[in-house]
Amino acid sequence: MAQIRVENVRKEFGDFTAVQSSSFTVEDGEFFMLLGPSGCGKTTTLRMMAGLELPTSGQIYIGGEEVGMKPASQRDIAFVFQMFALYPHMNVGKNMSYPLLSQGMSKSDAQKRVREVARILGIEDILNKSVSGLSGGDRQRVALGRAIVREPKAFLMDEPLGALDAEFREHMSEELRALHDRMGATTVYVTHDQLEAMQMGDKIVVMNHGVVEQFGTPQDIYDKPATMFVAGFIGSPPMNFLHFEGEVLENSTTVELSGQTIAIPPQRESAQGKLAFGVRPEHVKLSDESEFRGKILSTEYLGTSQILTIQTQNGDLKVRTSSAQLVNVGETVGLTFNEKTITLFDESSGIAIRSDLNIGSI
Amino acid sequence: MSFSVNEPSNRQKWGAGILVISYAIITLLPLLWIIATGFKSPADSISYPPKVLFEPSLEGYVNLFTTQTRASEETFEALGDPTTWYDEIVRKKGMVIVGPSRFSERFLNSVIIGFGSTFFAIVLGTAAAYAFSRFRVPLKDDLLFFILSTRMMPPIAVAIPIFLMFRQLGLSDTHAGMILLYTGVNLSLAVWLINGFIDEIPIEYEEAALIDGYTRFQAFYKVVLPQAATGIASTAIFCLIFAWNEYAFAVLLTSGNAQTAPPFIPTIIGVGGFDWPAMAAGATIFLLPVMVFTILLRKHLLSGITFGAVRK
Repeated sequence: MAQIRVENVRKEFGDFTAVQSSSFTVEDGEFFMLLGPSGCGKTTTLRMMAGLELPTSGQIYIGGEEVGMKPASQRDIAFVFQMFALYPHMNVGKNMSYPLLSQGMSKSDAQKRVREVARILGIEDILNKSVSGLSGGDRQRVALGRAIVREPKAFLMDEPLGALDAEFREHMSEELRALHDRMGATTVYVTHDQLEAMQMGDKIVVMNHGVVEQFGTPQDIYDKPATMFVAGFIGSPPMNFLHFEGEVLENSTTVELSGQTIAIPPQRESAQGKLAFGVRPEHVKLSDESEFRGKILSTEYLGTSQILTIQTQNGDLKVRTSSAQLVNVGETVGLTFNEKTITLFDESSGIAIRSDLNIGSI
Repeated sequence: MSFSVNEPSNRQKWGAGILVISYAIITLLPLLWIIATGFKSPADSISYPPKVLFEPSLEGYVNLFTTQTRASEETFEALGDPTTWYDEIVRKKGMVIVGPSRFSERFLNSVIIGFGSTFFAIVLGTAAAYAFSRFRVPLKDDLLFFILSTRMMPPIAVAIPIFLMFRQLGLSDTHAGMILLYTGVNLSLAVWLINGFIDEIPIEYEEAALIDGYTRFQAFYKVVLPQAATGIASTAIFCLIFAWNEYAFAVLLTSGNAQTAPPFIPTIIGVGGFDWPAMAAGATIFLLPVMVFTILLRKHLLSGITFGAVRK
């Protein structure tokens, strides 16, 4: 098991820059998520860590050793593919013993090891089956088994649950996390599903257009987004942005929104021009006392909670409230915001303005 | 009771069966006629009306493989009784065998040139197709088109330049020359077909092998090749059929040493008229290798020809 450090890694395909100067560190034993929309460079980053692509510039360290230009076979990592990539001309047992045989392990030792891993994964009874007849979940387990048998320095997984149906996905993601906790293996996991990332990851890197937008724990990423992209990508519904023009000074604790003074965390830097006031839907309350008002456009019933869409002078807003709260579409309501959770953004750059809330984590 | 839209009705199945059977009869009848003629006596082979039932004779095959000459009574007496069954057949016509014919030699030439050129076309074609499929080859599309464009004119259109070149290079009537020529003609077909097959194999398999600790060549050899085997086998059949049956260049470029069977068979003319049974025997034997090769690989051929039709 090992730490993986990615430093200023950049990848170009001809004129197209897939990854721009990314840096982050995966600590030993961490379950690390690479999250982003499709085409953001997360898979390319993972493939560079694996040695399936070579970086245009930058360094990759696995266990302290620089491996950026080494071929995949010399990096001692395991890779789980989205489509599993089980060798179709071999049965399950052969698929799993294949990486061991390449290292020169004897056939009987390899078989012993395969049986051991098969027991952990609960696939002992299908070792002699052909891979083509297996269900999605079993294929997934075999692919994991092939990765585990070798006890590599790290596991790299490229959307391993992407090909499974929703119900089974839930189950496999739990199984995967439990497996990781038992083995304590460094794992890098690529996904475009923010829920999966929040649910499974110790740490998350959010990427967009080849740039690392933020790197931190799921809590940090959710509560203290570093950019408007992260704020909008994470959460369902995502963070609300109320747009306004004005100025925020260092140490100020309020902003003016449509003539109303609204409390915010103490600011650590000043900004002016087009700004955005970011608030999560669950941190907005309906309150008749508030002078900041909006009109309810629609409601969405979700069982225990409901999502209200509210039109304000600064833009539309989604609010999550208890479904016990009675509201009428068309009604005008007052809104209050949980001041501790507010993040201001500079709209021209999309970057969060530093405050007491997010200092130290962005 | 099936409600599937795709399930053909019984009547459709019967119709399809009758269609296939009639097509098979139409294509197989001339073939059967040739095979039958090979076992007829010369008289039966040209009798009118044609004989469907006849007394089988191996005369055609004996004539095909031997050179004979007419002999006088004294010679027969000097030779004594015929020692082998083929001697007996020949003596009945008042002839004696003076040696083997050229047919086995020509047939061997066909085998060497046909299988040799197929081998080279497949090896080179697989290597090229793998590179085209997996690496970022500059001007890839243009190169592939260029390779395909070599098939756009009938090969015989360049017969004279090739004839002159071969004469200059000393390749006329050599095995190497014919293998080179057929390899060249078949290569474009091989590259295009195999390229398609390799494109169908997800690259993840190789990447998985690379990560499992294999070199690129091992990944190619152990993972790609077994999966492309079907496609490669069917490509090999196409290449072999072309090289085996090729007539025009063989007539033009070979005369003795490297002559293949196709230009030789029509030259089997018997004494005092065409020896149809011998020619039919030659054609039958000539058909066998490709037939055996195709039957051996027929499973692969079927899935090879329909590749890409069904998404796996």
